Amino acid sequence: MDAHATPAASVRHGPPTGPMRWLTTTNHKDIGTLYLWFAATMFLIGGLMAMLIRAELFQPGLQIVQPELFNQLTTLHGLIMIFGVIMPAFTGFANWQVPLMIGAPDMAFPRMNNWSFWLLPVAGGLLVGSMLLPGGGVAGGWTMYPPLFLQGGISYDLTIFAIHIMGASSIMGAINIATTILNMRAPGMTLMRMPLFVWTWLITAYLLIAVMPVLAGAVTMLLTDRNFGTHFFSAAGGGDPVMFQHIFWFFGHPEVYILILPAFGIISTVIPTFSRKPLFGYASMVYATASIAILSFMVWAHHMFTVGMPAAAQLFFMYATLLIAVPTGVKVFNWVATMWQGSISFETAMLFAIAFVCLFTIGGFSGLVLAMAPVDIQLHDTYYVVAHFHYVLVTGALFSIFAGIYYWLPKWTGHRVDETWGRWHFWLSAISVNLLFFPMHFLGLAGMPRRIPDYALQFADFNRIASIGGFVFGASQILLLIVILKCIRGGEKAPARAWEGAEGLEWTVASPAPYHTFVQPPEVK
Amino acid sequence: MSTHTGGYYLPEPSHWPIVGSLAMLCGALGATLLIHGVTGGGWLLTAGGGALAVMLFGWFGRVIHESQSGYHNRQVDISFRWGMGWFIFSEVMFFAAFFGALFYGRAIAVPDLAGGDEARLLWPGYTGGWPTAGPGLEAAFTPMAPWGIPALNTLLLLSSGVTVTWAHWGLKRGRRGQLNLGLALTVALGLAFLGFQSYEYLHAYRDLGLTLGAGIYGATFFMLTGFHGLHVTIGSLMLMVILGRGLAGHFRPERHFAFEAVSWYWHFVDVVWLLLFFFVYWL
Ligand code: HEM
Ligand SMILES: [Cu+2]
Repeated sequence: MDAHATPAASVRHGPPTGPMRWLTTTNHKDIGTLYLWFAATMFLIGGLMAMLIRAELFQPGLQIVQPELFNQLTTLHGLIMIFGVIMPAFTGFANWQVPLMIGAPDMAFPRMNNWSFWLLPVAGGLLVGSMLLPGGGVAGGWTMYPPLFLQGGISYDLTIFAIHIMGASSIMGAINIATTILNMRAPGMTLMRMPLFVWTWLITAYLLIAVMPVLAGAVTMLLTDRNFGTHFFSAAGGGDPVMFQHIFWFFGHPEVYILILPAFGIISTVIPTFSRKPLFGYASMVYATASIAILSFMVWAHHMFTVGMPAAAQLFFMYATLLIAVPTGVKVFNWVATMWQGSISFETAMLFAIAFVCLFTIGGFSGLVLAMAPVDIQLHDTYYVVAHFHYVLVTGALFSIFAGIYYWLPKWTGHRVDETWGRWHFWLSAISVNLLFFPMHFLGLAGMPRRIPDYALQFADFNRIASIGGFVFGASQILLLIVILKCIRGGEKAPARAWEGAEGLEWTVASPAPYHTFVQPPEVK
Repeated sequence: MSTHTGGYYLPEPSHWPIVGSLAMLCGALGATLLIHGVTGGGWLLTAGGGALAVMLFGWFGRVIHESQSGYHNRQVDISFRWGMGWFIFSEVMFFAAFFGALFYGRAIAVPDLAGGDEARLLWPGYTGGWPTAGPGLEAAFTPMAPWGIPALNTLLLLSSGVTVTWAHWGLKRGRRGQLNLGLALTVALGLAFLGFQSYEYLHAYRDLGLTLGAGIYGATFFMLTGFHGLHVTIGSLMLMVILGRGLAGHFRPERHFAFEAVSWYWHFVDVVWLLLFFFVYWL
């Protein structure tokens, strides 16, 4: 233990080698890399599940999977993509970029940072591994509604514990990020001088700390209702299954902003760089992000318009939800205004960012349609909802992750990205993703319910188009893997400032960023 | 410290987090198997719990060692403050979920079951009210009266808030005896609280028919008071550690965040109890 000697020494020598480096690391860059590769692995698993779902839905009838397995696939696909892909990927970005962007030597709590990460493979393993248990994996939908969720087998309890562990990981990660941002900024970097990505993560961290415990409480009640004889969600005992939905969506709606605010941050970084103009309306971006976060606690029941609520409550939740469109609109306006009269170049990162602005907005609009209570009564639990949340999550959150990867890979690896392969990846993804999700709007309007393995004949054509789009989209992601591997292994050397128009502290350190950066804080003027 | 220029302390690679992760893996698997009556589940859970305890002991021991060696500068201290503050906020939200269940059950679910159209068809004789075990259970129980043990426990916890503050004054004025005595009293009050609460649970199960299965009242009662009791237990353990450190001569009048963190936590547990006393026992 005494080799631990002095802090100065710990800064000087490099990491241990071999697997122990990754198991014991306290370095924000190592941990960021771990998060990103974990997300990539889970993306592969969750993506393969989606391919199976689309293969089954390619034509009416039951061909490939039985309904029991189909339900496991949709449930696990949802849980994995949300908790295993989008959230860890954003946390990976935060780990790499936040200290670099604010001029901090590392995260505030480097050891806890390691624990936050290494809890994730445990939780993910329990979740995916539960498919092998007798009775199969969890199949009650990612929203885990009782009474159905109370009736499943052993894998349901394992899922509950997996969610507890993921929650612990998220809360510790968020505490770390919030503390780093609040306490470790370089001298001179006031709050209103922080890069917008840092701002969005600060607010995301706040949301995480506020709502992950609520989810933990909700699944704990499921656990005791399942195993210890409580009646939280059973009317016979004076409880109410609808109560679960209230508690779950009190977590769930802020959660969707947890999944999109860091995306806003990435897009607000990429667009100014390739427009060679500062971000339009920085302050309004900050206030818009904060108001979205506040409003997100007051809209949860828009997921529950069909459960039987008093009309006054429906009206309240409808108007509150529509209100969120205002700050969201401010953001879209600012991104467009940033590009306006800029000298734009279309590198892959920028292509994904522009696609984000167009396609996320489609998802925002379908959200507004769903937010209208009378309309939602028709559309709830149809493919229209599936179309909505895939536009915001895939062409929104995931595309921003792609944009961020293309944007920061030179800083991480020291090599320029292969733009030709990147463009192929972009165009194939952007076209196929619309083929995949746009027809789902029509399916939903025509009344096709979600979460079913078989469907009536009149839905066949659109489903076939969606499935073809899905296969192409899935296959296109192999290109992304190739681009990343190529970039790690070699390529044209990237300078410290890898993009001509890039601003910010991360571009003042060498590419690849040295193992330790900003041991002495930089001065921000 | 010699070559140290006063920068932010960055710890070496550490094996404690991965130990903690493996402990959680064993614990989650063990708990699941135990619930489903698979042999070995209990052992796995115990192993996980044990490993977690070892990890916490080793990890915090390391941090204490670093603190005593003077590695933590002012900025590290502020990080700890932010971290503890955010952690307590997350705990507040955890309790909020269960308070939400209590309020929802009392104000919406039960009145609905007694008055709504569907409920009138299903359970025509049900009149609602609080406390209740719901319309469909055969569970007769007596609710927990507030002015016996619960009121006494309120007194105990409130006094423990006073003693911990008194200990803090002692620390700030350099009166070590007052510090240690105040902490010892606080621990004793916390343990007394836990003793009375255990007795209360025994009484509830044995004499009152008040169990986890006693409908929405029993569920919210035990969930809220149970998680609170767990937090008192954790808080008492933390106070014992701080007492041990106090006896070992740790802390300085101007620098003692570990003490403050634990007292923040203890006050938080105190406030939760007041809410519990008001909403669970009294109203
Ligand atoms: C303009 C902002 C938005 C509005 C007005 C909105 C509105 C809605 C409404 C009303 C529903 C419920 C539909 C139903 O179940 O009948 C819904 C579902 C959903 N939304 Fe949004 N939304 C918005 C943005 C987002 C964002 C940014 C995300 C995530 C990044 C998101 C993710 C989801 C998800 C995952 C669901 C489905 C949950 C489920 O039932 O499984 N939404 N949205
Ligand atoms: Cu929502």
